[in-house]
Amino acid sequence: MSMSINDDELAKLERGIEQAWDLAIAKGFDPFPVNFEVVPATIMYEFGAYGLPGRFSHWTRGKAFYRMKTSYDFGLSKIYELVINTNPSYAFLLENNSVLENTFVAAHVFGHTHFFKHNAYFAHTARNMVDRVSASADRIHKYEFDHGRLEVERFLDAVLAIEEHVDYFTRIKPDSSDPQESSKPLTTPYDDLWDMEQRRKERATEERPATRKIPAEPTKDILLFMAEHAPHLEDWQRDILLIVREEMLYFVPQMQTKIMNEGFASIAHSRIMRDMDLDEGDFMRFATLHTGVLAPSRTHLNPYHLGFTILEDIERRWNAPTAEQIAHGMRPNQGWEKILEVVETENDVSFLRNHLTEELIKDLDLYLYRKEGDEYVIVEKDWRKVRDGIVAQMTNFGYPYLVIDDADYHRNSELYIKHLFEGQEMDLSYAEKTLHYVYQIWGRATHLETVFDGKRVLLSFDGTRNTRQALEES
Amino acid sequence: MNVSRHDWSLHRKGSIDQQRHKEKVRDAIKKNLADIVSEESIIMSDGQRQIRIPIRSLDQYRFRFDPGRQQQAGQGNGKSKVGDVVARDPQPGKGNGEGEAGEEPGEEYYEAEVGLDELAQLIFEDLSLPNLEEKHQAELETETVRFTDVRKKGPMSNLDKKRTIMENMKRNAASGTPGFHDLQTDDLRFKVWEPTVRYESNAVVIAMMDVSGSMGDFEKYIARSFYFWMVRFLRTKYNNVKIVFISHHTEAKEVTEEEFFHRGESGGTQVSSAYELALEIIKQRFPPQDWNIYPFHFSDGDNLPWDNDRCVQLVNELMQQCNIFGYGEIREGHYRSPSTLMSAYAKIQDQKFISVTISDKREVYPALRKFFTARGDAVPKAP
Repeated sequence: MSMSINDDELAKLERGIEQAWDLAIAKGFDPFPVNFEVVPATIMYEFGAYGLPGRFSHWTRGKAFYRMKTSYDFGLSKIYELVINTNPSYAFLLENNSVLENTFVAAHVFGHTHFFKHNAYFAHTARNMVDRVSASADRIHKYEFDHGRLEVERFLDAVLAIEEHVDYFTRIKPDSSDPQESSKPLTTPYDDLWDMEQRRKERATEERPATRKIPAEPTKDILLFMAEHAPHLEDWQRDILLIVREEMLYFVPQMQTKIMNEGFASIAHSRIMRDMDLDEGDFMRFATLHTGVLAPSRTHLNPYHLGFTILEDIERRWNAPTAEQIAHGMRPNQGWEKILEVVETENDVSFLRNHLTEELIKDLDLYLYRKEGDEYVIVEKDWRKVRDGIVAQMTNFGYPYLVIDDADYHRNSELYIKHLFEGQEMDLSYAEKTLHYVYQIWGRATHLETVFDGKRVLLSFDGTRNTRQALEES
Repeated sequence: MNVSRHDWSLHRKGSIDQQRHKEKVRDAIKKNLADIVSEESIIMSDGQRQIRIPIRSLDQYRFRFDPGRQQQAGQGNGKSKVGDVVARDPQPGKGNGEGEAGEEPGEEYYEAEVGLDELAQLIFEDLSLPNLEEKHQAELETETVRFTDVRKKGPMSNLDKKRTIMENMKRNAASGTPGFHDLQTDDLRFKVWEPTVRYESNAVVIAMMDVSGSMGDFEKYIARSFYFWMVRFLRTKYNNVKIVFISHHTEAKEVTEEEFFHRGESGGTQVSSAYELALEIIKQRFPPQDWNIYPFHFSDGDNLPWDNDRCVQLVNELMQQCNIFGYGEIREGHYRSPSTLMSAYAKIQDQKFISVTISDKREVYPALRKFFTARGDAVPKAP
């Protein structure tokens, strides 16, 4: 049925990939080595829909899989590659792509695995994630046996509805909520054991403040907080919360660096392919592919195109600094080093803020548009506002920034979530329906404070009905 | 660096989860039949086998920004300026004017693709024909061919080989040389057919509609949705379902389907004219002993007052010949009291008479359920 790759082609592809790898190294890329596997389209689309091979089952993934596959079957879109951030990395190629296409994709993949290896936001990702997700999938499968498939599905429905609300900055926060205790100088690591008895007595005599807030500080990690504090959950449910959270944390760096990562991979494929031994026809096919991947769109930003253009602009500017910049200490021909530095230290938000310049916004003809009636109309061309608008879209990878402000609201264990409003209004009808899911997990009334039409509003769900009320100005 | 291949042919995870999604779509359709039954894309889908229907309950809700108020970024060709239109929402199908644009910002929903037959199956799952006299009625005869006999003469194409061999063996055994040999004309046996009568069930829907000035697009749409499903439902029960369209104002005439749903007339209403024409058509073309007859009449009830008694009398006459008589009154908005016609019909006690008032698209499905429920049983509750 499918035009599967034959042995000759496989050998040819292997040679192409070896050559691409040598060129990558010669050009200053430092990727993780990669194991490539050619797979049929169905498998590729399944991995695409699930994000990783072996991840747990859920109907929403089936829906995504069906949509992607249908769109592929109709020739509307195509995933070229899927890379897994491990060392060595794994990359999947489509078996019915041509050898040239797959060589092109491999060159692109080396850009990604360089990025995985060097970018600071990937420094803490679990490199054994494929094993971890399939272990989690096994546990969830067991819960289905123990508690019923529908029961588990219903809980997953609720958790997946709020899966974005994890705190990806946990690593740079102080862990202890009581700074005084941890500031006591210790002489050996075991000293604290000796005076535990003493401290227990102290604590007992201490006046507890009348309103001790839970959580002490507003917490962004809604999944973690619920796993630890939701009053009525069973262990398997807490485990599912933590599984979903762990997998989301794995994907966060990819979501935070989409533009840079695709831009850098596009630099890789374009520079490597340009120096490959290609005949004229293959070179034309490569150029067509490259143009297709980097085609701009009127209605969204193509991350490949935007990232590629900004990185090349950085290289150009650092290769040929102005007289003024030289006077400030910049040396010429530092373009590639600067790219590597940016790749190592930044994420999309800082990347755009630092490097999407006035000239680029004008050259690329970027704008902001919004819906007016049934038309989408350009509303902003001022470069600063366009840049800030794009950055705002990227912040928290495009989701409202929510924190749990109080888990004992009304002194009744009700959950009070606050939207840290930054100018973009939430979809209230969606929010109300999502509150049902939060309620399902938390088990008590849930509230969400946000801003709409310039006024603070509180959406609540008490298990039977939704209410909206205006809050006084604070 | 290596490139490998594995055998993935037994891998089914995506398909299994997709199957579960399909199940959920089916459940959602069942829960939303009231909305779906009067969905324009279906009623207007003239014969398409696959239809797309919106299913709001399968949205994946999450905390998100309001897409209607959000600014998005795009890239122009170098000459873009403020005020340029970069895209347009697809225009919704003609007709349906309700629902202010922009009233519900960012209303998106999942569209499921289902087959019309599958949908019909869900809708009709627990509907049945009113349990009236249909069993006693004669069904229409059609001729069919059945092989019923065996003879010694006939065309070779009808040769009954098994019987021929047996005849040969019997004859050989009788003459002392058992076995199959020495075939003679006398051994040959032929199958013979006979024309027989097969009974076929027929139904005719007599669709009557008021097309006077007071019947607007909404009223016609409701009637159209109702007839659409009614005909489909009857086709599941009878081999042959015909539909006759009668439109009327002060006079009635038989019209084509196209005219029935699209032509508007002005002037007053005299319902009895339609019933008289229906009786005439039954008499001439659909003898009740051969046909299951389902007259249904849709009106807004604004009948000429002196005509109402005559209508009651004609309805009684129709019921003697038909399986059921349905009257649907379409009144947009709930502000008006029942019409004088409806009040007049309130006196009819016959079980064959069924009336409904529809004032909203959603009420088409309950009306269908009311009409097609075995009499004597409670109306099954909509799921």
